[in-house]
Amino acid sequence: MSASDNKHNREDYLRMYRQMVRIRTFEDNANQLYLSAKMPGLTHMYSGEEAVAVGICEALTDSDRITSTHRGHGHCVAKGADFQAMFCELLGKEEGYCRGKGGSMHIADQSHGNLGANAIVGGSMGIATGSALRAKLQKSDDVTVCFFGDGATAQGLLYEVMNMAALWNLPVIYACENNGYSEYTATAEIAAGSITDRARAFGIEAFEVDGQDVLAVNELTRELTGRCRRGEGPFFIELQTYRYHGHHVGDINREYYRPKAEEKDWKESRDPIEKFTQWLTGEGIASTDELEAMKAEISDDAASAVDYALKAKYPETHEVDMHVFAD
Amino acid sequence: MRKITLSQAVNEALAEELRRDPTTFIIGEDVAEAGTPFKVLSGLVEEFGTERVIDTPIAEPGFMGIAVGAAMTGSRPIVDLMFGDFLFLIMDQLCNQAAKIHYMSGGKLNVPLVVRTNLGATRRSAAQHSQSLHALVAHIPGLKVALPSSAYEAKGLMKTAIRDNNPVVIFEDKLMYNDKAEVPEEEYLIPFGEAAILREGRDITLVATSSMVQVALAAADLLAKDGISAEVIDPRTIVPLDEETILKSVQKTSRAMVIDEGHQSYGITGEIASRISEKAFYHLDAPVLRMGAMDVPVPFSPALEDITVPTPERVAEKARLSVRGELFNAA
Repeated sequence: MSASDNKHNREDYLRMYRQMVRIRTFEDNANQLYLSAKMPGLTHMYSGEEAVAVGICEALTDSDRITSTHRGHGHCVAKGADFQAMFCELLGKEEGYCRGKGGSMHIADQSHGNLGANAIVGGSMGIATGSALRAKLQKSDDVTVCFFGDGATAQGLLYEVMNMAALWNLPVIYACENNGYSEYTATAEIAAGSITDRARAFGIEAFEVDGQDVLAVNELTRELTGRCRRGEGPFFIELQTYRYHGHHVGDINREYYRPKAEEKDWKESRDPIEKFTQWLTGEGIASTDELEAMKAEISDDAASAVDYALKAKYPETHEVDMHVFAD
Repeated sequence: MRKITLSQAVNEALAEELRRDPTTFIIGEDVAEAGTPFKVLSGLVEEFGTERVIDTPIAEPGFMGIAVGAAMTGSRPIVDLMFGDFLFLIMDQLCNQAAKIHYMSGGKLNVPLVVRTNLGATRRSAAQHSQSLHALVAHIPGLKVALPSSAYEAKGLMKTAIRDNNPVVIFEDKLMYNDKAEVPEEEYLIPFGEAAILREGRDITLVATSSMVQVALAAADLLAKDGISAEVIDPRTIVPLDEETILKSVQKTSRAMVIDEGHQSYGITGEIASRISEKAFYHLDAPVLRMGAMDVPVPFSPALEDITVPTPERVAEKARLSVRGELFNAA
C-alpha cells in the first residue's frame, strides 16, 4: 500500500479510515439487528468491501452521483449518509431516508448524490448512465459512478448502456465490485473471458485495482473523475474484493460454493481496514490509540443510532398510498 | 378551425414543449433525421439539434434506463418506443424502476418522463407489431396512462404528459396518424383524469378508449337508426380514471358497454366494467357488457386479423340486445 504523492493530508487519510470503520460498524449492527429478529426483511452485508466504496466516494463531491446495489449500505455511508436515518430506514421507521418505504435494498439519499440502492441486479446501470447524460446535457462537470457486482456483468443492460456511454463520451465510471461470487455461484462459473475486456470492446478504458487497498482505489478514482470532468469518460474499473458474509444475512451454510479457508485467508491477510491501520501507524500518521479511540467513538454513535431507530415510530398507516404519484 | 393530422398534432406538441422547457429531450431509435418510421418527428432535429433529439442504438432497455436516470436528475425525457410491442423489452426499467422510484424513496426522487408509443391492430403487421398493451402498464402503480383518440386529444394529452412529474405512457393509435381533426392554433392542455362525453344519449353508455372511440361513435350512429340513443364516453386517461363521469352516465342510461382494443381477458374492459357493476349496480337494467380484442396473438392474414378487433357492427349488435332486453346470457 502506498500513496503516490504527498498531496493527501492527514485529514483525508483519517476521514477515509473513519468512513471504512463506520461502514464495518454499521454492518455489524445491522447484522445483529437481523439475527436478533429486530429487523424485518432481508439484507446483504458490505463488510469486507469497505475500501471500494470509500476509496471511490472520497474522490467524489456531493454533487457527483452514485447508483448503488442490493449490497448498498457501504455506498450509502461512504457517500455521506448518517447512521440514524439509515437505521430508521432499515427498520421501516418514519424517520428513515425513504420514510420506511424503501428499506435496506432501496435506500436513497439524494442530498449526497446517492440515487439509490437497487434490488434488481444490474438494475441501476441505465440510471447511472442517464445521470451522466444529464450532466453532459446540462454542461455541468458532475461525474456519476455506477456500482455493481461481478454477478451483474451477466446482465445485457450493461452492454447496451456502455455502448451509448462510449458513443456519447458520458462522464460515468462503471465500478465493478468483483467479490468473486454471483449470489451463490463462483464468478468463474458465470463469466466467460475477461470482465475488463468487455468494456474495452466498446473502446472504454478499463482498469483493474486491488479493492482492498483504499489508497490505490482512491488514487485511480481521482484520476478518472478528473478525466471525466474533462470530457474523457466513460471509464470502467474492476475492483478485486471480498464479501465476508454470505450473499445475504442468513446464508450461513455456504461451503458448497465458498471454502472456509478462503474466507479465513481474505479476512486475516487482506482485510482493508487492517491493511490501512498498519499503513497509517507505520507512516506515523496516526497512533494505534488514536485509531482505537475513533473506533470506540463510532461504535457509540452506532449504538445510539440503533437505540434511537428501535424506539422511533413507524409511519402512520395513512402514508401507505402517499408517494405513489408525485404532485 | 384548421384541421391537422394526429401525426402533425403530436409533432406540434413535442416542438412546443421542447421550445418551452430546455430540460426536455427526445430519445429513441431513429428519432432524429429519420423522424421515426411513422415520420411523426420530422423536422424536430433540424430545429432542436441532436442533443435534444437523440438517436440511440436499437437497445430499448438501455435507452429507457438512461431516460430514467436523466429524469431522476433533472431532465424531462420523452422516450420514443417505436412500437407498443417493445414494452416487453423495457419492463424492468419502466415497471421496477421508473414506476417505483418516487414511492420507494419516500417521495424524494421524481421520475418525470414520457414514453410515447403506440397500439392498434389491422395494419397487417402481425403479432409482434400490433398489440395494444396499455392494460399491462396500467396495472402498475406509479405509471399514468394516456390514450388519445384524435389529433386534438393527442396534442393536448401529450403536452400534459410532458409537464407531469411522473412517468406517463402515452399510446397513439398507429392507424390514426393520418386522421385529421380540428386542432386550435392557440395553446391548450387536456388535464388527466377528465373523461370527454363525445355524444350524449339516454339508453346505453358506451365507454371506449383510443382506437375504439371512433368504433363506438360509428356504433352509436348505427344504433340511432334503430331508435337507440347511445352516450359515448372517452376516458382519455385510464390512470387516472375519471370514474365519476362514467358512473353518472350509467346512472342516467342504466346500461353500459366498455370497448377497448386490448385483449379482452384481464384487461381494461374488465376493470371498467367491474367498477360500474360495483358502484352503479342499483342503477343497472342489464349486465355491463364489454368487448376487447380476441384473446389470440394478432394474426397476419387480413381475413383473420379483421375479426380479432371490435367493429361498429359488432358493438352495435351487442348493445342492441342489451337495450332490447334480449340479452339472455351476457357471459
